[in-house]
Amino acid sequence: MDALDGNAIAGELFEHFGVEMTSARGSCAHCGATTQIAELRVYARAPGTVARCQGCGNVVMVLTVIGETRRVDHQSFQLPQRPGQSSQCHD
Amino acid sequence: MARAALPGRLTWQLGRVVELRDETPRCRSIALELPDWPGHRAGQHVDVRLTAEDGYQAQRSYSIASAPEDDELVLTVERLEDGEVSPYLTGELRPGDELELRGPIGGYFAWDQALGGPLLMVAGGSGVVPFRAMLRYWATGERAVPSRLLYSSRSLSDVIYRDELMDLAADDGADIQLTLTREWPEDWPGHRGRLDRALLEQVAWPAQAQPLVYVCGPTTLVEAVASTLVELGHDPSRVRTERFGPTGT
Repeated sequence: MDALDGNAIAGELFEHFGVEMTSARGSCAHCGATTQIAELRVYARAPGTVARCQGCGNVVMVLTVIGETRRVDHQSFQLPQRPGQSSQCHD
Repeated sequence: MARAALPGRLTWQLGRVVELRDETPRCRSIALELPDWPGHRAGQHVDVRLTAEDGYQAQRSYSIASAPEDDELVLTVERLEDGEVSPYLTGELRPGDELELRGPIGGYFAWDQALGGPLLMVAGGSGVVPFRAMLRYWATGERAVPSRLLYSSRSLSDVIYRDELMDLAADDGADIQLTLTREWPEDWPGHRGRLDRALLEQVAWPAQAQPLVYVCGPTTLVEAVASTLVELGHDPSRVRTERFGPTGT
C-alpha cells in the first residue's frame, strides 16, 4: 500500500500538541533515527492512523479520532519536551 | 487578514463558495470567501470536513492553491471515482454553498522568500496544487531566487493551470517544464515520458547549485524523484516531500 507521510496528520497533531508539528524532529525508539514528523510514513487505512519510522519501518505513532475524542500515542517517537507540555498520550 | 486564530487551536470555519472553475476534466478549483481566515504560507494545506444528514463525517486534506496575498482561498480538488469527499467537491458543490474547513496546516512543506533557493518544484498530477501557491507568491515578491517547476502529467488535457503556468513563464520568468507521460501532440515542444533520472539530470539544477527542492504528488512518484535526487548528490535535508497516496497522475 502506498504510504502517505507526516504532512497528512498535521491537523490532528496541531490539535493535540497546540503547535505546528510537521517540522518537529523526534527520534525513533526502535532504531534511533532522527526525522521530522513530515518524513514519517503514514498509513491511514488501518483502524487508526499509523506512522512508521522511515528508517526501520517500525510503528512510532498511532492516532485515533472518534467523534470529539482524539488519542495520540507517540511513546515510540521521542520528541523534545516543550515548556508547559505534558508528555501524556491523550487529549 | 481578519482576526488571528487562537494559538494552539485550529478552528473549524465555514467558507462560502464564490467561484468554481474546471481546470481539467477531473479537477475543479473552488474559490472560497473566509471572513476569519488568519492567513497562510505557500505550500500549506487545509482539512475539509463534510457532514452527512445522519451526522457521519468525512475529512480530507487539500493543498491551498492560492498565494497568501490572494483575496480568496482557492483549493483545487481532483475527483477520485471511488472517493467519499472529492466527488461531492467536484460535482455537487455550487456557488453560495458553505464548506467547513480548518487551517492553515503544515509548516515543513511551506516556502517563504526568506528560505531562499533556487526554488525547485517537482510535481506529479495534482501534486502541482501547492506549487501554484508558491509560484504566485514567488512572482509577487522580489524574485530574488530563480524558480523552476518540473511537472508531469498524463496528457495535455490533464495539465492543471495550463494557461496560468504559461503566463507565469512568459510574464514573470518562472521556468516551467512540462513532461507528458502517456500521450502528446505530434508537435509537443515539451518533454515526453516519466520523471526519471535522465530528465531530472537534464532539467533539475545540479546538486552543486544547492536548490531547495519540493516534491509533491502520488507516493510512488515522490519517492522515486526524491531518491533519484539524493543519488544525484542533492542534500536530503533540502529535499522536502509531500505524498498524496495512490492517486493516479
